[in-house]
Amino acid sequence: MTTIELEPVDEIDVPTRNGAPPETSLPRIEPVSRPPQNLRSLGGFGRQDLLNLVGAAASALALSVLLFGTLTPLEGSLGFVVVAFVLFLVVYGVLVSMTDNRPVVVDKVMSSLLSASFVLALLALGSVIVFTLWRGREALFTWNLYTQDMSSAGPADPLSVGGIGHAIAGTLIIISIAIIITVPLGISCAVYLNETRGRMTRFVRTVVDAMTALPSILAGLFIFATWILILGLPKSGLAAAISVSIMMLPIIIRSADVVLRLVPGNLREASAATGAPEWRTVWFVVLPTARSGLATAVILGIARGIGETAPVLLTSGFAAALNVDPTKNPMVSLPLATFEFVRSPQPALIARGFATAAVLMVVVLFLFTIARILGGRPPGHVSKRQRRRNERRSKRDLTRIDHVPAEPVSLPPPPLPPPPAHRPSELTP
Amino acid sequence: MTLLSTSLGASSSPDPRDPDPRSLVSRRDRGDRIFHAGAFMSGMFVLAIMVMVGLFLSIEASDALRTRGFSFLTTMEWQPDRGTFGIAAVLLGTVLIAAVAVFVAIPISMGTALYITEIAPPRFRSAFVSLVDLMAAVPSVVYGLWGLFFFQGAAISLSRWLSTWFGWIPIFAVEGSGSETALSNATVFTASTFVAGVVVALMVMPIQCSVMREVFSQVPLGEREGAYALGATRWGMIRIVSLPFARGGIIGGTMLGLGRALGETIAVLLIISPRFDFNFRVLEAGGNSVSSLIALRYAEASSFSLSALMAAGLALFAMTLVVNFTASAFVARSRSGASSEA
Repeated sequence: MTTIELEPVDEIDVPTRNGAPPETSLPRIEPVSRPPQNLRSLGGFGRQDLLNLVGAAASALALSVLLFGTLTPLEGSLGFVVVAFVLFLVVYGVLVSMTDNRPVVVDKVMSSLLSASFVLALLALGSVIVFTLWRGREALFTWNLYTQDMSSAGPADPLSVGGIGHAIAGTLIIISIAIIITVPLGISCAVYLNETRGRMTRFVRTVVDAMTALPSILAGLFIFATWILILGLPKSGLAAAISVSIMMLPIIIRSADVVLRLVPGNLREASAATGAPEWRTVWFVVLPTARSGLATAVILGIARGIGETAPVLLTSGFAAALNVDPTKNPMVSLPLATFEFVRSPQPALIARGFATAAVLMVVVLFLFTIARILGGRPPGHVSKRQRRRNERRSKRDLTRIDHVPAEPVSLPPPPLPPPPAHRPSELTP
Repeated sequence: MTLLSTSLGASSSPDPRDPDPRSLVSRRDRGDRIFHAGAFMSGMFVLAIMVMVGLFLSIEASDALRTRGFSFLTTMEWQPDRGTFGIAAVLLGTVLIAAVAVFVAIPISMGTALYITEIAPPRFRSAFVSLVDLMAAVPSVVYGLWGLFFFQGAAISLSRWLSTWFGWIPIFAVEGSGSETALSNATVFTASTFVAGVVVALMVMPIQCSVMREVFSQVPLGEREGAYALGATRWGMIRIVSLPFARGGIIGGTMLGLGRALGETIAVLLIISPRFDFNFRVLEAGGNSVSSLIALRYAEASSFSLSALMAAGLALFAMTLVVNFTASAFVARSRSGASSEA
């Protein structure tokens, strides 16, 4: 904010009306002395902020300890946390208002509310994971859990007998069939949405969006109505796999669609400029460029499919014994086994249920982590090993090209038309 | 394309070296025709699955719907073998659970989305996003276990407190109990719509959060810095710039979450104790939802009661479709930046 001092205007030849002198004069701006302005800090975390936070937290904790039990008959751990947090907000607001004005107080209080909602979400996630692992800990560390099935174990048997081997096998079979169905179909549908232009693409994309929210019970009910009631086929792992596929498809299509959209257009144009037909462009340029993203899409779909309970319940049903034939007889999956175990009042079965859920969760967490690691790479990212392989290949090509023209150099130049462009790898050594 | 090639062909100065100008219209060769046909087929196949789900549900449901007619929507009981059944209680129960879930999830998801985009240190941002997405990947049966064995016990004191102090609001009342009996008997507060709703809220929260986060991160930089330049605090900037800009995304994300909440099956089935009169007192034991009704009764032998279940499924299908199409319309509009033009 600098003030500009303007020179007074003197004697300009202005056409005058009626001989009167021009009356416009520019105001003379006096320089005003203002205090120097400091940049205000928008973020940052100073000593004052820290003291305010710690002080508010300590006093809120002390007050709520006093409230619970001593002054009022409040009880319950959840209520304690809620009361303590509300007290914290009030005390914090008061502390900040001692040094700052109202907008800053509102800002601080709202910021702590937003942070608290994030912490709450994290706590919920953490408690879900820790609680499941903790309740399943006894059964998780027995070897027979992973090798035996429930055919010889009664509901009241201890954890040393019986296991979920049949559910693990069933999950593997069901998800393998589902992968065989969904991966080609899902990726080719994503290619359809991205690489071809048709009247229907927008409509298909909208429908796929709507399919992501299809209630899982309806996917099961649909297969139940067609496969079992109309076609009269038995309840089986295959039927379960198809209904799980219906749930996985939209997830794979949507994430693959997003990834394919990220493939740079100039790669496609470069490929088209070399004369490649569209299918070769897609197969050799677009899909390899988006490889890691597509893997992420597939893994996210698998993680969703593994956890589906309701479709398997309707189309396959619970079985206590191992069944590896997907075409007939019920085949149980991990989530369905969990569901059946915890519905029983027997503590041993409930412990088994938690162990099953823990195994399922660990599998899903593992898949999810892989998906994130792969998905963190940008499209077209080349790993170190892939780069070394590419370098070796081009070195080999180079030596071959150096060798090929060694003898025919003395030959007369080839007649017109010039030979078609070769890819280096197609030159015969 | 064709216009261009004909105008080239008709040009009055023919090039002697190239007497026959090439056509700029490229024809697809056989490989490309197969490729296009294949891609088109897979797109149509996915479309057909969705259409078939609706179609087969309608065919199977037609039997029950024809017998009951309009009273299918208004009857509370569910006794298909006696001929009196309707979806009113179950449908309202579904909506009530979803409403509780969305009501609980909105503040958490909005706060989390704002925290990640505005407050969190940039270094940790992508890690936090992954953590929230991880919540969406945890199977629903695990959430069901957590709700049944952990949250239900912890929520009793909260439910009791709510019903004691806010019992005068009808939805927080607990029937048939003065405060003494309610205090003595904890089972009144278990297996309630509230507990099921909170568990479903955990499942829909990450979906809402990711939609909202995406919209918040698209708030134009110029408007944000403009707000700061005018002296706004961070919250002031959020209130004046971010929230109005992201309004469409917030509404759309909330409705997407609502669509998920309507269809959730296993967690609700594990927690709630089914009843067939409409129970709007969310803290009281007992409630119902369409999907848990289907999962409970699908094994029934008679084909007519199956047809009744299909009709219930059809109603759920229609409801989720309407909610989702509306939601994606909102989200799409907010993403195109339409709201920033004003």
